[in-house]
Amino acid sequence: MTARLPPKSAGLVFEADYPRVRLTGYWITTAIGSLDEPMPSPGWWPGRAVTIDAGELRALDTAGAWLLGKLIGVLESQQREWRLENLEGHRRTLFELVQSRQSDIRPVEPPRRQGMLEQVGRASHDHLNVANALLAFIGESASVLFNHLIRPWRLRLPLILTEVEEAGVRAVPIVALLSFLLGVTLAYQGSVQLRIYGANIYIVDLTALTIFRELASLMTAVIVAGRTGAAYTAEIGTMKVTEELDALRTIGIPPFDLLVLPRILGLMITLPLLTLLADVTGIFGAMLMAKSLLDISFQSFLDRIPEAISMASFVLGLIKAPVFAMIIAAVGCFQGFRVTGAADSVGRQTTLSVVQSIFLVIVADAAFSVLFSWFGI
Amino acid sequence: MMNENILEVRNLHTCFGRECIHEDLNFEVRRGEIFAIVGGSGSGKTVLLREALLLQEPTAGTIKVFGETPRQVEKNGLRQRTGVLFQHGALFSSLTVQQNVETPIIEHTTLSPGLRHELGCLKLALVGLASENGRKLPAQLSGGMLKRAALARALALDPELLFLDEPTAGLDPASADALDDLILQLRDSLGLTVVMITHDLDTLWRAADRAIFLGERRILAGGTMKQISGSGHPLVKAYFQGNRGRGAREAAWNPG
Ligand SMILES: Nc1ncnc2c1ncn2[C@@H]1O[C@H](COP(=O)(O)OP(=O)(O)O)[C@@H](O)[C@H]1O
Ligand SMILES: [Mg+2]
Repeated sequence: MTARLPPKSAGLVFEADYPRVRLTGYWITTAIGSLDEPMPSPGWWPGRAVTIDAGELRALDTAGAWLLGKLIGVLESQQREWRLENLEGHRRTLFELVQSRQSDIRPVEPPRRQGMLEQVGRASHDHLNVANALLAFIGESASVLFNHLIRPWRLRLPLILTEVEEAGVRAVPIVALLSFLLGVTLAYQGSVQLRIYGANIYIVDLTALTIFRELASLMTAVIVAGRTGAAYTAEIGTMKVTEELDALRTIGIPPFDLLVLPRILGLMITLPLLTLLADVTGIFGAMLMAKSLLDISFQSFLDRIPEAISMASFVLGLIKAPVFAMIIAAVGCFQGFRVTGAADSVGRQTTLSVVQSIFLVIVADAAFSVLFSWFGI
Repeated sequence: MMNENILEVRNLHTCFGRECIHEDLNFEVRRGEIFAIVGGSGSGKTVLLREALLLQEPTAGTIKVFGETPRQVEKNGLRQRTGVLFQHGALFSSLTVQQNVETPIIEHTTLSPGLRHELGCLKLALVGLASENGRKLPAQLSGGMLKRAALARALALDPELLFLDEPTAGLDPASADALDDLILQLRDSLGLTVVMITHDLDTLWRAADRAIFLGERRILAGGTMKQISGSGHPLVKAYFQGNRGRGAREAAWNPG
């Protein structure tokens, strides 16, 4: 509310001795809130004829005119005859303008509240639909991908390279820093325990195995899901809101070819490379920590690595990356296409995209573990 | 009070980097007037409107709204005395049309939800939208309906000063006529001051009291529509003497 202007108020006076209703003050939107109970009680005046006097009105706007119309409606419903006095010039015009639209107004019933059972039912139905649509989307991606792989000249190479730069090169600092810190933390926690048993050199086994096999790929995937997956959803979603996707279709460019395929392929190239980077910086962090806490020189740390883990473990860590990339890119794009109409939908789908892709990445990681242990690698 | 300046623009310059789009504009809008800003596409009309709305700062020069500088306007809460219809509607996409119209009312008044709802419906009815449309989201409206809903929101608090950016663009001719009528009616009944950008020559001839013509970074012509259309400047001539321009002018002089 305005601080400087004196508060304006509207008034309504019912005079019983002389059957008259006086409108006073400012009948404007910001002031009519002060009219609590503007309507006359049926017992106010036993007679029929009533005069409405607008002579003391200081200002009138559409809201005031509407309220005046309501007052007259109540008087009529009480079988009274009314006469409006001293409403002249442009105020009369305004009153008539508002009255003329009164018949068009049908206040709309608020939508019905849903019961508990209905809510649960609808939510389950929606979730099943989403799962179904996601499966269809992944299927479509796979088929388009296959089509393009047997006709590779139709791939949009520049777009793929842009994705590699955007999702990969620009993510190098954050991935390197975070995995370095991860290596440091891991080595610190491990060395505190190992020192107790005097098994210092096993710090290499501990950190190398966890970083190469699990943490590097998982950590990178989580960072990329938050960074790149979210961006995919927001970008495609905004394009959907502004009808750019429809424009693409009408020009004869399938949005899928332009927006989804380069991203999936680009991320499948990028994520393994980022994982490799995370491997290196993570181990470097662990090495620094091992040297300062356990006095293990860089040389002996590096010498120990081939003994600590097999080549297979290292490769298995990297093999997961393209699968994670596929999940992140597919979910990110899928949620982008699910944006409907409004700006808030972009935000909602972006959140969903990050949550779902991290969830699915962890599920896939668990599946890999089960699979590997099955085959005994 | 009748000749009070509601909007005053003095020595206004606007530049984006090296490129200047306004050089030394001067004009004023008086209370109760319907004032039009005319000019070719890209002549800087929308930018001028944004500056008058204090959304964008001019490179040089002063703008006074209600006789106050922008800082005072902000401090004294004068913003709620202006209403704006943006060129592309700018309705809040996550709210229904009804909620959009009620937003300014909720923010600035203490009316009961029932009365607020009725006022929302009234504003929609004033701009020619049925109450049922209030339940829709902006994305579910056609272009013309969007314009009208945005106008209803601009009118929510019965502003004294109304800015309209191409109000009739995208409306069918009958709706555009109805909109002209509404603007005139509101001016006559509420004493509204209207600043509008329009390419609609019918609206210009019917509704505008005064206008300025922007072009070549300056005001090429100003005054009543008759004065402007009589201007000798080739750009203004081309604008008004084209086929469309002549038709609208003839309609304005031979009504019916
Ligand atoms: N934010 C901006 N940055 C740079 N140039 C701008 C910006 N906004 C507008 N312009 C330029 O200013 C000119 C006037 O734009 P505008 O006022 O939107 O035109 P119109 O008169 O059609 O409404 C155009 O040439 C436009 O390119
Ligand atoms: Mg414009």
